[in-house]
Amino acid sequence: MTAAGRRLDFWWALEAAAAWLLALLWLAPLLYAFWAAFHPPEYATRFVLGAPLTLANFFEAWSQAPFARYFLNTFLLVTSILAAQFVLCTLAGYAFARFAFPGRDLAFALVLVQLMIMPEVLIVENYRTMSRLGLVDTIAGIGLPYMASAFGIFLLRQTFKTIPEELEEAARVEGCSMLQILWKVYVPLARPTYVAYGLVSVSYHWNNFLWPLVITNSVETRPLTVGLAIFGAPESGVDWSVITAGTLLAVAPLLLAFLLFQRQFVQSFMYAGIK
Amino acid sequence: MTVGWRRRKGGGFRTLLAAGALAAAGSFASPPVTAQIELTMYYPVAVGGPLTKIVDGLVADFMEEHPDISVKAIYAGNYNDARIKALAALKAGEPAQLSVMFAIDVFELIEQDAIVAFDDLVGESGREWLDSFYPALMANSRALGKTWGIPFQRSTIVMYYNKDAFREAGLDPEKPPRTWDELVAMGKQLTERNGDQVERWGVMIPSTGYPYWMFQALAIQNGQELMNAEGNRTYFDASATVEALEFWVAMGRDYGIMPEGTIEWGTLRQNFLEGKTAIMWHSTGNLTAVKNNAKFDFGVAMLPANKRRGSPTGGGNFYIFKQTTPEEKQAALELIRYLTSPEKTAEWSIETGYIATRPDAYETPALKKYVAEFPYAAVARDQLEFAVAELSTYQTGRVRKALDDAIQAALTGAKSPEAALADAQKLAERVLRRYR
Amino acid sequence: MRASRRLNQVYGWLLLTPAAILLLSFTHYPTVATLWQSFFSTGTALRPSRFVGLDNYRFMLEDEIFWKVVGNNLLFAAGTIPVSIALALLMAVWVNGRLPGRALVRMAYFTPTILPMIAVANIWLFFYTPEIGLLDQILRSFDLPTRNWLGDPDIVLWCIIVLAVWKEAGFFMIFYLAALQALPPELEEAARLEGASRAYYFRRVVFPLLMPTTLFVLVNAVINSFKLVDQLFILTKGGPDNASALLLYYIYEVAFSFFDDSYAATLTVVLLAALALISLGQFLFLDRRIHYR
Repeated sequence: MTAAGRRLDFWWALEAAAAWLLALLWLAPLLYAFWAAFHPPEYATRFVLGAPLTLANFFEAWSQAPFARYFLNTFLLVTSILAAQFVLCTLAGYAFARFAFPGRDLAFALVLVQLMIMPEVLIVENYRTMSRLGLVDTIAGIGLPYMASAFGIFLLRQTFKTIPEELEEAARVEGCSMLQILWKVYVPLARPTYVAYGLVSVSYHWNNFLWPLVITNSVETRPLTVGLAIFGAPESGVDWSVITAGTLLAVAPLLLAFLLFQRQFVQSFMYAGIK
Repeated sequence: MTVGWRRRKGGGFRTLLAAGALAAAGSFASPPVTAQIELTMYYPVAVGGPLTKIVDGLVADFMEEHPDISVKAIYAGNYNDARIKALAALKAGEPAQLSVMFAIDVFELIEQDAIVAFDDLVGESGREWLDSFYPALMANSRALGKTWGIPFQRSTIVMYYNKDAFREAGLDPEKPPRTWDELVAMGKQLTERNGDQVERWGVMIPSTGYPYWMFQALAIQNGQELMNAEGNRTYFDASATVEALEFWVAMGRDYGIMPEGTIEWGTLRQNFLEGKTAIMWHSTGNLTAVKNNAKFDFGVAMLPANKRRGSPTGGGNFYIFKQTTPEEKQAALELIRYLTSPEKTAEWSIETGYIATRPDAYETPALKKYVAEFPYAAVARDQLEFAVAELSTYQTGRVRKALDDAIQAALTGAKSPEAALADAQKLAERVLRRYR
Repeated sequence: MRASRRLNQVYGWLLLTPAAILLLSFTHYPTVATLWQSFFSTGTALRPSRFVGLDNYRFMLEDEIFWKVVGNNLLFAAGTIPVSIALALLMAVWVNGRLPGRALVRMAYFTPTILPMIAVANIWLFFYTPEIGLLDQILRSFDLPTRNWLGDPDIVLWCIIVLAVWKEAGFFMIFYLAALQALPPELEEAARLEGASRAYYFRRVVFPLLMPTTLFVLVNAVINSFKLVDQLFILTKGGPDNASALLLYYIYEVAFSFFDDSYAATLTVVLLAALALISLGQFLFLDRRIHYR
């Protein structure tokens, strides 16, 4: 091997080491969470190699807070938002992609406004609206502001535009109605977009906090994030072991899904980003 | 408009159904069922904290004895969250009949026209009941000549100390500091250094979460109240107030017995339990947790004095909301009277470490026995003699935050105590002027 | 034919209507209502709301906390944006290259993205806790003086910034990774044949080609720097003395703990104006690259 090659190898090894070190740093919080959650409280802040393992913290966390209910709430929230987003954004995306109607460009520009002014910014006014509608402390109240998503409409519009119009013509000749065409031609061909958007949406709303915090009052509606924030509120004195156990419980489903479908996740985020 | 119309329509339909059901019931001539009264109570604890189970237990006992009343407790997080959530629910027209909220929220609740005075509910016979609580605990309940809150989850600040650390430092573990001077002197002996590093601090007073509360203790020990009883004037820039803050700052900067910067309310107990500080000031609400988790011999004492002894009271009172039917108000009152009865208060105090809010509770066999076995349970009560009302004004959130910010600015060295408190006073003045 | 075009127009609007209603109710209406509200005083049961003109804005300009919070937010943006973008690019290059255990490393970088900020803030609180926290334990083991990380106004915001960088870099990495993978492989081949060094190739060829991605990521990062406040609820509550408070957190505090809706609306107007400015910038400078056909 040439000297230059060896030098290259050295730099390459250094780079790889740096990459690995960064990866380790990036995982450190999660690793710590595992440490504290699986060991008795007296080892929560002390790292001893032979510390005994235990599941007691998980039982403790599970019994201290209604995690099952929180899971249910988050699940209901995420699925209802996703279902509504799919329907609303498909219809609107189709309208923008394939229909010429007066005011279309203006309407599209108005839709894109939401990319900048996210519902998070408008918590004060949206809260008033929800209380006027009687939707404070309901799962619908958490979900409504997000259901018409500019991002989803934009993404689906771009996808629908790439679908050849001949396919639509062919379906029309066969006597399909407008909604049938949408359902039989456009939706199947846009499947990758739905998967990508779906994963991004689910992980966003699984993790969302500020608006749910504002709009929910009770165990029956609180999603996991808000439940976790109250569970871990420093006011009550911090017990790391139980809090990390609760934290791991809360992130477990998404983390597990991510580990299993890593490629899908990464590619979905990539796909949604390029569009 | 449409919403209202739809509601009315729904209501009509429901009325129809009810009428139908009544008619059906009538035709079978079944005995009349007593009307079930449903109460929703907001409660300021973190869901799942051990407190939820205790409250649930007390409420269940109540429902067993009062089958005609059902109570739903909503655990809303910390005091701030509970107030926000309860008021928001009221605004949105959701049911809420009573709540435990910060004792010091009273002016804000009055201004929002959210609560009713107990004097108007209890009738003549009830006056005696209102007088059965410790006067110091009632100080925050009285405003505009009436009584608005009934003390329940109440505390004062006490001093927890590590007796093992006292022994190690050659101090008498049965003689905790009684004055500021002793606190400093003992603090110096208790602080253990290893080169540049501090292995154990002498004392920690938390300065996040509720800094104004801890500070109020220092101020009153220096002989200074922080606000007037009308809740429309503050004394943040009085010279005794400034001295109190200077003392707090000096403990870190000059005497080196406390870390500089702010000290976290939430993790302080952990620090104490890990032996990182020999003394901590904290709410009596921590007593049971410290008792259960301390691996060393610990003691509890009243706060030290400067010009006098003193601590603000703290914690939550029961309030009854205005937007409720007379029947619901009476049911809510019934619940409150039940939960604050001597026996239940005693039970509550034993399980949590909060103060039993009335003298006769300490005469119950259960609490008598408990205090005999664990004398520290009575420290907070004994301190009530010296206790003052907690900082409470109109616009209390803003005023409190102004003081909190000033304290933190001084502790972190961003401003001098005098300048920081002058700023806080200016801000409080601006907010409170229109309430005079 | 004309009838069918008319019909098409009707269909178009019909398809759009459900989404339009929701967008109007929860984006456009509240934006306008916020502006409107900012000209009124906050009503309580005893003092009804009334028109006060610019009073709220005057109050805001005199509000020291407001200025501090704006300063913090700018510093937060300046601290997070460049670092997280640079790290994201570095990560993407590493993960795109021939690294042993590439999939694992990529997973490590990306994991923070899918964890809720609230959850990770709980864990980071342990890192930052004085004396018993991880950072202090490490310092102590090297005999270095420990620090009061979240209690010191000079470093607390940096602690928040580090957390935000950690949370975001992996997310931005994805976009760079996508862009890198879209580059034709011949490019690198050609550069190598020309004898260009890797650094040269990267600086002169790759980086310019990644420009659209960088701009896209930049816009995202700027928006995030205004809305990423979840961690404050766990770590600092904006303290000490507002040293770590950000604008959106202050809005939350004013609205939901001081109950001053009008002042919160006034602050929201500032936030909206900042976002509008960013969109304007995006419209003027980026639109040719991220075009909405």
